Amino acid sequence: MATSCFSFSTNCLLPTANLTIGRAVTLYFQLLTFNFLLIMSEAKIRVLLAKPGLDGHDRGVKVIARALRDSGMEVIYTGLRQTPEQIATAALQEDVQIVGLSILSGAHMTIFPRVLELMREKGMDDVVLFGGGIIPEDDIPKLKLHGVGEIFLPGTSTDEIIKYIRENVKPRD
Amino acid sequence: MSTKDDAAIISNPVEESLQEWEEQHLAESLRRMPESRDEFTTVSLKPIKRLYTPADIEGIDYDRDIGYPGAPPYTRGIHPTGYRARPWTMRQFAGFGSAFDTNRRFKYLLEHGQTGLSTAFDLPTLMGYDSDHPISEGEVGKCGVAISSREDMEVLFGGIPLDQVTTSMTINAPASMIFAFFLAAAERQGVKLRDIGGTLQNDILKEYIAQKEWIYPPRPAMRLITDTFRFCADKMPKWNSISISGYHIREAGATAAQELAFTLRDGIEYIEYGIRAGLDVDQFAPRLSFFFNAHNDFFEEIAKYRAARRIWYRVMKERFKAVNPKSWQMRFHTQTAGVSLTVQQPINNIIRVAIQALAGVIGGTQSLHCDGYDEALALPTERAALIALRTQQIIAHETGVTNTVDPLGGSYFIEKLTTELEEEAWEYFHKIDAMGGMVEAIEAGFPQKEIQESAYQYQRAVERGEKVIVGVNEYEMETSELGEPNILQIDETVAQLQMERLSELRNRRDGKAVQAALDALCRGAEDPQVNTMPLLIDCARADCTLGEMCDALRPVFGEYQEPDF
Repeated sequence: MATSCFSFSTNCLLPTANLTIGRAVTLYFQLLTFNFLLIMSEAKIRVLLAKPGLDGHDRGVKVIARALRDSGMEVIYTGLRQTPEQIATAALQEDVQIVGLSILSGAHMTIFPRVLELMREKGMDDVVLFGGGIIPEDDIPKLKLHGVGEIFLPGTSTDEIIKYIRENVKPRD
Repeated sequence: MSTKDDAAIISNPVEESLQEWEEQHLAESLRRMPESRDEFTTVSLKPIKRLYTPADIEGIDYDRDIGYPGAPPYTRGIHPTGYRARPWTMRQFAGFGSAFDTNRRFKYLLEHGQTGLSTAFDLPTLMGYDSDHPISEGEVGKCGVAISSREDMEVLFGGIPLDQVTTSMTINAPASMIFAFFLAAAERQGVKLRDIGGTLQNDILKEYIAQKEWIYPPRPAMRLITDTFRFCADKMPKWNSISISGYHIREAGATAAQELAFTLRDGIEYIEYGIRAGLDVDQFAPRLSFFFNAHNDFFEEIAKYRAARRIWYRVMKERFKAVNPKSWQMRFHTQTAGVSLTVQQPINNIIRVAIQALAGVIGGTQSLHCDGYDEALALPTERAALIALRTQQIIAHETGVTNTVDPLGGSYFIEKLTTELEEEAWEYFHKIDAMGGMVEAIEAGFPQKEIQESAYQYQRAVERGEKVIVGVNEYEMETSELGEPNILQIDETVAQLQMERLSELRNRRDGKAVQAALDALCRGAEDPQVNTMPLLIDCARADCTLGEMCDALRPVFGEYQEPDF
């Protein structure tokens, strides 16, 4: 978020040097623009996508990363084989609002609860955890009981995931 | 009428009559009833024409480009009699839980008429970790069978004579270690190496490209593979030392043309590395096998298999100057497309699988796996695996498609499509050759990026509704009578059992012999002239575990880190 604010504010300050109208007016518009851009940049949701465990099937996570980026979100993809510790740490460092795990290996009942536990330990109570992959339907309510926000199964459209993220991320101050 | 006369007829230009048809029949029809879409495309988004005629195959020469089955260029198959002598090998991929669990599934499938075995390993095994390694937590026995030792392998094939049933093993990064366990287990059965038939997947290039289960960087990994080529060429005449796989490339999102191109270019790379390692091409090329996907687009898939055989013949003959006809003949296994299976209304997957399998058969596959209808949810249950086997048996015995060889040969559409796919593959070969080879192309991320792009374009086509998936973006149901199959559950008792077995093995074995075998392996690996295969078999005999063998080579070979593409 810091980066995008910086780039926007630089851009909106540049024209002021060339303006001949009153300084106060300029500043007024400048502030208006700045505030507007700040709101826009705040709307840029930060998402961490991760592939935990040993599974290397990354077609889905890569398609989703691109779709989220195309929809205007900031996406950080961890790459393959991240431990729950690495994922929770990355989520904290990257200051994301939502974390998505892609698991096709059957290890979901071990990995989701572990990542959640670590996120809570690190104080990320307002960060949502969701996921997708090859996950039997019976396991979904169990994962939700642990605190997983949503599980998306094969065949989900990227629009559905984008909508879910927009509706479920907690606003930041 | 002889086939040569047919060829003469089909190569006649028809431009005049075609134009007449377009004016007199087509134009009016389009006015009355416009076509439903501007463009019709395959599942690979390849445009397909309304009609194919002799005009489309004008440049195709029957003898040069199509020919006869069992003869160059093998477009119509590698056996003169197709499936009339015997059908393809029905080889259902199976593996879950412990070696005991999978051994029971193997026997169940053999009892019900399966003719070959195919082993799926769990992720720790695929990555070269023992079941008791901390990184294996939660993954032991989940997406395949857990094998950490020679003893696990003996349990896996207990009561199955390895000189009578051919066995395929889907293992890549630690392929030579798992192969060593297998050969040590066969030795205990009293079976001779020369009598063992089967296939080691052993295809690391497609791991970097698509499936991403790797350990070492590409170059040392290629050395392990050429060591197995040499070992098998010397000692195992019935064993396929590699299965060069397009399956995973396709699953990762490649088009049919990309699957064809990258897989065959991988094949070229293996031949080149074998030759560089000092092998004669005709010494090892006859035991190279291939593995393709069978996706939903029926004709495109059939054309792909036909193109694959023709390209391989040309590559082996022209590029590598192979003289043994066995080196020219592409033999391949086919598996239906896991990625095409839907969670929604899963029973529908039985139909998808049957149509995909039919394409594989009409394309002339040597062996076939049909996916279980429940595999978008979990590993297949016994019931799903049995239906998948029965699907193959129905195709083989009821449909009549085995009566004649290459039944679609000569179809204007199929021949044109075969030729177009071949051309697309050659274009990719030129690009990859210009990069210095497939290892270099992989290091530059070229095939990876091409596949990612195709995967994304397909997803967009589905979301725009241009590609219909029944039950997913059309004909949806809230709660489905066609859904909710029972699921195969693998619980953590498998991991517990594996830990106990491994701990007991580590206590019982001769620690000095283990260390000596691992030391010898490391020394051998440092010298490129030494074949690592016999050293790995010594490790397996000494009861070194999979993780110990793989770890021993990490300091020598390094570990692969995927660059960010």
